[in-house]
Amino acid sequence: MKKFLLTLLISLMLVTNVSADTDGENNMSNKNSGEVKDCFESVNRATFKLNQVLDGVVFEPLAKAYRVLPSPVRAGTSNALDNLSTLVTIPNNLLQGDFKKATVNTGRFIVNTTIGVVGIFDVAEKVGFPEYEKEDYGQTLGVMGVGEGCYVVLPVLGPSTVRDTVGSFANLIGGDPWYNVTVANDTQYFSDFDYWASRAGTGIDFRAKNIDSFNNLEKNSIDFYASVRSLYLQDRQQKITNSKAITETQNDSDWEEIETQ
Amino acid sequence: MRLKKFLIFSFIIINFVSFNQSYSMEPDVFVQSTVNRASEALNNKYSKEEKIEKLKQIATETVDINGIGSYTLGSYRKNISESELREYEALFRQYFLKSFSSRLAEYSNPEIEVISKEKLSETYTMVSSKLVATDQRPEVKIDWRIYTKNPENPLIRDLIIEGLSLARTQKEEFSSIIQSNNGDINRLFSTLKEFVK
Repeated sequence: MKKFLLTLLISLMLVTNVSADTDGENNMSNKNSGEVKDCFESVNRATFKLNQVLDGVVFEPLAKAYRVLPSPVRAGTSNALDNLSTLVTIPNNLLQGDFKKATVNTGRFIVNTTIGVVGIFDVAEKVGFPEYEKEDYGQTLGVMGVGEGCYVVLPVLGPSTVRDTVGSFANLIGGDPWYNVTVANDTQYFSDFDYWASRAGTGIDFRAKNIDSFNNLEKNSIDFYASVRSLYLQDRQQKITNSKAITETQNDSDWEEIETQ
Repeated sequence: MRLKKFLIFSFIIINFVSFNQSYSMEPDVFVQSTVNRASEALNNKYSKEEKIEKLKQIATETVDINGIGSYTLGSYRKNISESELREYEALFRQYFLKSFSSRLAEYSNPEIEVISKEKLSETYTMVSSKLVATDQRPEVKIDWRIYTKNPENPLIRDLIIEGLSLARTQKEEFSSIIQSNNGDINRLFSTLKEFVK
């Protein structure tokens, strides 16, 4: 039973990890996430089906249950989990040479952890800190010019690319201070459970926020697998460009081309 | 006499120009008026079927369905016959209206605020808006690619939700179906027929 729970938590953490990974990738000046090859498509499609079954049995019911909680409880949980994620964002800001954001995020972490009671209240946002943007190691590799490699669907974790998967291992080898103080090292303040619970929480929180969109997408897709792949790659691409300007992430040439036919 | 003729002619021209201008519609105003119409259609006083019918009507008037269809088919449109193209256009229209309206019909009383617009070229303007947050979901950023070739009749060509283009997703979905069936466009047609049933 314990093993099952542990596996479940790890799975959820991985889901979380993937959704967090969704935050970054690929500096490629823009527009070519569509070029990422799906080298293992038949295996990926099979894994995707397996994940759908797991989602239906485990994750979606959990997310639905979580959604029943009062809105302030969910907002507080989400804030606290975001606050923990700044511990991975800050080293990635530094690795990407963005010292300004690293400073701002360090300030955000200190303010929210103390005045915001372990991050439950996003005090930093209230006092005017800029909007928080997650960064991860996959994104940093992208900014450094590492190509995505093939698209892969990981069991439980969901969509990724070879580069993002490699990047997420950095969390386990010292790149995530939260992992270091919970799982990697024996500290008297935290246990392994705290880490896995936080990862599971992030996964459920992400799934709960997207229940309607996922269902809607599935119902209205003629190839759900291809839709998810496209959305994942577009999302990673825009997160690596770190651009809020929609005009920088959209490809106009395809649109202009239909004028000339 | 010549001067008089010239003045009359100038007067007519100026009036004609200003007449034309008064009928052109700014893309942001167009988006706001479209979302207002859609919000009204999504009012809970209507049944789901009524909502879908109303949304289809709005989409028919405000979306460039043929343009999106061409974009979605991508380079494959160059390799198909004229009759296949006609068949595709008809199927795409049905597919689009069904998919679009059933996607939106899930929302009730959505509140969308137009924030800004940016002209990309003579033919395109991007209008930015946000779907106001509710208890159940966070705020959602929505950008609209508006086709402005005819300024009197702007049309929607894409919705970009949190940076994710619906048209591009659809294009990659169509392309995936064709590719995984060895380039056979008829498999796309049969999938579309199945969807619109």
